[in-house]
Amino acid sequence: MNSPSDPPDSAVQPGPVRRGVGTIDPRTGPTNVGVPRTRVDGRAKATGATLFADDMHLPRTLHCKLLRSPWPYARITGIDTSAAEAMPGVVKVYTGESFPIPYGILPVSHDEHALCQELVRFVGDPVAAVVAETEEQAEDALAGIKVAYEVLPSVREPEDGFVIEGPPIHERRGPGNVHKAVSFAFGDVDEGFAEADLVVEGDFHFGGNTHLALEQQATLAALDRDGRLTVWSSTQCPHYLHKHTAKALDMAPADLRIVATPNGGGFGGKSDVFNHEIVVAKAAQELGRPVKICLTREEVFLCHRGRHPIRMHLKTGLTKDGQLTGVHLKTLLDGGAYGSYGVASTYYSGSLTTVTYHVPRFQFDACRVHTNKPPCGPKRGHGTVQPRFAQEVQLDEIAEMLGKDPADLRLGMLEKAGAETANWLRLPSIGLGTCIKNIVKQSDWTNLHRKLPHGQGIGLACSSYLSGAGLPINWDRLPQSAVQLRFDRSGLVVAFCGATEIGQGSDDVLAALVGEVLGLPAMSIRLVTGDTDLTPVDLGSYSSRVTLMMGNAAVQAAERGRALIADAVAEKLSVRASTLVFADSRVFPADNPDVGMSFAKAVQLGEQKHGTLGTTGSYRPMAPSARFKGGGVGPSPTYSYTAAVALVDVDVDTGFVTVPKVWISHDIGRALNPTLARGQLVGGVYMAVGEALMESHEARDGRPFDEGRYLLRNPSMLDYKHLTHLDMPEVITDLVEEPCPEGPYGAKEIGQGPLTPVIPAIANAIYDAVGVRFHEVPITPDKLLAALEAKAKGAEDVVVGPKPFPTDVPYPEPMDVPPPWEGGNGRARGEGDYAPGQGSKARKGRSS
Amino acid sequence: MKTRVTLQVNGEERELLVQPHHTLLEVLREDLGLTGTKHGCELGECGACAVLIDGEAVLSCLTLVGDTEGSPITTIEGLGEGQTLDPLQTMFAKLGGSQCGYCTSGMVLTARALLDRNPDPSEDQVKAALSGNICRCTGYNQIIESVLEAAAQERAGGASE
Repeated sequence: MNSPSDPPDSAVQPGPVRRGVGTIDPRTGPTNVGVPRTRVDGRAKATGATLFADDMHLPRTLHCKLLRSPWPYARITGIDTSAAEAMPGVVKVYTGESFPIPYGILPVSHDEHALCQELVRFVGDPVAAVVAETEEQAEDALAGIKVAYEVLPSVREPEDGFVIEGPPIHERRGPGNVHKAVSFAFGDVDEGFAEADLVVEGDFHFGGNTHLALEQQATLAALDRDGRLTVWSSTQCPHYLHKHTAKALDMAPADLRIVATPNGGGFGGKSDVFNHEIVVAKAAQELGRPVKICLTREEVFLCHRGRHPIRMHLKTGLTKDGQLTGVHLKTLLDGGAYGSYGVASTYYSGSLTTVTYHVPRFQFDACRVHTNKPPCGPKRGHGTVQPRFAQEVQLDEIAEMLGKDPADLRLGMLEKAGAETANWLRLPSIGLGTCIKNIVKQSDWTNLHRKLPHGQGIGLACSSYLSGAGLPINWDRLPQSAVQLRFDRSGLVVAFCGATEIGQGSDDVLAALVGEVLGLPAMSIRLVTGDTDLTPVDLGSYSSRVTLMMGNAAVQAAERGRALIADAVAEKLSVRASTLVFADSRVFPADNPDVGMSFAKAVQLGEQKHGTLGTTGSYRPMAPSARFKGGGVGPSPTYSYTAAVALVDVDVDTGFVTVPKVWISHDIGRALNPTLARGQLVGGVYMAVGEALMESHEARDGRPFDEGRYLLRNPSMLDYKHLTHLDMPEVITDLVEEPCPEGPYGAKEIGQGPLTPVIPAIANAIYDAVGVRFHEVPITPDKLLAALEAKAKGAEDVVVGPKPFPTDVPYPEPMDVPPPWEGGNGRARGEGDYAPGQGSKARKGRSS
Repeated sequence: MKTRVTLQVNGEERELLVQPHHTLLEVLREDLGLTGTKHGCELGECGACAVLIDGEAVLSCLTLVGDTEGSPITTIEGLGEGQTLDPLQTMFAKLGGSQCGYCTSGMVLTARALLDRNPDPSEDQVKAALSGNICRCTGYNQIIESVLEAAAQERAGGASE
């Protein structure tokens, strides 16, 4: 980090920054950073002035509706659209013929078409689209489309997908319906178990759930006055939507403009490229009129891309004094019908197992299988929430076996800051020890754990998450985030960035950081974001990357602007530039404030000397240490850490669990706006309590009325249970601010990580309350009541969990990657360097 | 067949030709351009579309437009005085009561109805009043705090910030 009195390093570097930048000027104190502030977009949100995608309307807008498959797996043998085309108001009916080009968010799985080609793969897969004058006419015309299907044998559970009778859900994968299977050995884990005094094994299951963002996805597409196509959409990732819409419609990306409208919640659910986005883009292009679609709530459930159901087998070895000797994790992911982010999810189902505690040997086998259900994808904590649940519940069991306090056990095995893990992840800063100590104290843990009356319990768990994926989805060496600044002679600063506001506060971070460097209040910075015509690329609001990546780019851009302005002001005042302070919207020598000037005047001097003032900043993380194939998923510039304690009340007569209070401590590095940071913490707790106790996105058999169909059990906001105001615990939040050298002003992520530890903390608290172990979520009253009844009948060690982990998962032979302490170099033994880019090239054009 | 209705929206009389089966939500958003009223389910399950009718919070997605004739309707656009925000709006923006903002209109209006009949609600009364309004971002704590702080300011006669 730079001292503000010297020319900032990032201001003179020619390329993108790769480390954290920004230091609060000790001569003035902070302008925005660390100050609880009204968020910059708060007024618009509180007045209803924010325009979400469905709030946009253009003259002559047509409306689109999709016809969706009623079968989980079937071959389309014929489509007759003639009746629909003759219906009132109908302008056009599209089928798969119009969308022959496949696409997919990951380069390795371009397996989707905007409308189905020959096969439908889940109930809800779109088959045809109607474009009509009104939404009602479009909806009515769906009934006029006649589709003939040949129903195929479908697969509902992943373990039924290794050997299949019908055609695979996707060709050129396999065996059976296996989408991706990987295996890594970072050291000899069996050697680790041989050294252990205690080896514990368990089977776990994390049920699927969905994002349930309050805003239903919507997209509006239109030609501009020059005939170029613009798409406004509720997307978290306008850059990827840009790339894939252009591909799917076979057009030059430069002829397409994507505008990400503010998202009414995302949580990962709007980070994929969706068929409806591409359908209305094409319709607008072809029909020459604006075309809009807004999904119904049920359709949002069908689009899904939510939390993968994952079955897990976890084996852990420890010495009797509580040091880990080895961990072997096996995962089996129910991927649903398409690839989506699934290859990344597969790796994430294991790769962060090593970042909290020191794991000297780690084996990890993962397998994702396609099933004929809505596709799974990334949800808050992407792929890491499920194995962390298993790991943290098992540690609670281990603590009991070793007779140790669960907090002490964890404190004794923490990974150390600066470490490189067995699977080659660099950990620049770890505040987890402080987090644990803080919540132990705040919750009075020592006096409550194992000491509460029957029915009441307290549990503890920890976690960690990325602050941005270290590698971009499309492997290249370009910046992953960029910011442009325009300095107007009025003193106005406009920041342009492709980042997308999904509610998490990315706009506030951008304005706060630019303002911090320039001594301007965040509210005074104008923002243009998420627009591929106007803003430089930011990869999107996923993987908790925006604060760190966009933030570093923003600071670099602002420091470059400050250097130009300071240079001109210094010349005018005949002082050294390093003596100048930017604060209170003024520029002045630190030792003589009276001779200073307004920021506007300073910009004018800068413009006079240097010409029109505009600067850029960009960020690209350092290359990861992991250089083996598959090592690209897991590295991050830095990781956030969280510890949580949950208090539960179990009604032993009904099995109903309430969570009156949660303590949560999060290592954020530095809180840029503590008000928003706290909101992310509490929001994470909220979603976690829901996932632990009730949220469930699952298919049910259609019987007796619809045999052979897997219907969603609960595709409505009423039936998909989630917390209301009345169910929400009191949350005691604690922010651990130990600035991380990789983040802007030391900041790390807070949007995703805090969800994760609360789920195992609740399971551990339930054990403390009633002595029943839960190896699966959600922990619903029926399961708990059955367990309590079994216990009352004398059953010991009651564990509610899945059936035994299958023994026939087709994992490959493990890739042998020696850890750093075994003389490894980040590569697989006996293999050359695996350079990013080779893999994607080899798979180019792969589709099914 | 469209029918003529006269609505009292945000203090203005609006005469419209509407489809009689359309909901107040549809008419507000599509016929009157008042898109500050949001929708999350269109089934009465989420509370995002709440507006005030005769000062009571009502789900506009479950209300047929014809049934609202003659009753004053207030949407989020009608809160506050000119450019001065309602204290609830100010506090939601300031205290983290709004993250993505999609539930905010319905949440603020439902809270407005509460404070108009009970200027000094307890925390539990706020929770009960807002329990039909779903928020997926905040975890509710800062919403409750925003409402209680706005109520305190109103009781103190404090001007909005």
